[in-house]
Amino acid sequence: MAASIVLVFFVVPDDADQGFSQRIFYFHVPIALTSYVCFGWGAWKALLHLWKRPPGADLESYVAIHLGVIFGALTLLTGSIWAKISWGHWWVWSENQLVLFLVLFLFYCAYFMLRFSVEDGPARANLCAVYALFGVVLIPVSFLAIRLAQHVIHPVVFARHGPRVHGTMLLTFCISWAAMLGLFATLYQVELAGKRLDSRLRELRELLA
Amino acid sequence: MRRFAADVATLARKDLRLELRARDTLPAMLLFVFSALVVFHFAIPDSSSRLASNGLLWVAILFTALLGLGRAFVPEREHSVLDGLVLAPCDRSAIWLGKGLATLSFLVAAEAIALPAFALFFSGLGASAVAGVALADVGICLVGSFVAAMSVASRARELILPLLFLPLAIPIVIGGVGASVASGPGRYLAFLALYDAVFAILCWASFEYVVTE
Repeated sequence: MAASIVLVFFVVPDDADQGFSQRIFYFHVPIALTSYVCFGWGAWKALLHLWKRPPGADLESYVAIHLGVIFGALTLLTGSIWAKISWGHWWVWSENQLVLFLVLFLFYCAYFMLRFSVEDGPARANLCAVYALFGVVLIPVSFLAIRLAQHVIHPVVFARHGPRVHGTMLLTFCISWAAMLGLFATLYQVELAGKRLDSRLRELRELLA
Repeated sequence: MRRFAADVATLARKDLRLELRARDTLPAMLLFVFSALVVFHFAIPDSSSRLASNGLLWVAILFTALLGLGRAFVPEREHSVLDGLVLAPCDRSAIWLGKGLATLSFLVAAEAIALPAFALFFSGLGASAVAGVALADVGICLVGSFVAAMSVASRARELILPLLFLPLAIPIVIGGVGASVASGPGRYLAFLALYDAVFAILCWASFEYVVTE
């Protein structure tokens, strides 16, 4: 894990030949893809919870979505910085990936509101799981909607900018994505271990009391 | 299948009858959408385009629907009728569909006022805009009554409903605005129909888990 991150930091400066700002590409896109993976994983655990009811699936789904929101916020941040540097604005509505992320970000913030306003128990686990499933359906639907809106509401033709990735750049990109996924996996394990410890501690305390 | 339809019809009829007797949701929705349109007239400057006012119509529709949805499960919550319905020998998703249909009829009634008023105050609406509104209504009510059932289970209730609902409604607004202002509305209408179908299936399949443990 640590080795892959170190590798990215060494490799990126070598082949970022399109100016310094291009380097953020190696962070922005992997972070975005990783947060999709988080949401997908969260929804998968949610489905598993509704379907086979293994104990702990609800917690795993929650932790994955929690990390997804953090990665999503980072995506918005890095995307915004990139937009400022390459187009001169902090926020560009014609960039449909970023708009999609904003919608998802709002959606999953509402997920937290839902989770923290329902009493702990099986009902909460069900509600959260269903809402997480809605999220994963909302991703393609919103993507389609935003793509549609591109054509007419914003008459700007969306030029597919960005580098043609090949060779070492692709390699760097893959390595940094792998690093981000590794980061996600590690954080996921740490967070999950922490939460499990927390609930065990609570149980023990109740036993003592 | 026929039993399911009968259950849905019974539940929807129950809500309509309740509304006819108590009259506490529909008049509020009518007045709200009308006053919202008046407010919007003053909120946008005279020189702004027809397109902007079209967008505001969608805001008005969405918030009127939210007003109705916030009230939707109030009768069920009082005297814990919902528990009784869950115990009743019918498919649980009939509760959702019945509520959705009842809300849909309120929303359509509110729009029967809102659309002519909009045409009077701002500008006329084409057939594709009306079709867009109709398709969007279906989506708003189906998804909205699902989310309303979720929000009833939480402590925050009325507070959390808009938070849960608005991100889900963004595609509807995009499709609806596209259908009312774009030159080729067919694509947007198809998108709205797709949205309705996808979320109807999802809601139907998962409503069981919202009301049971």
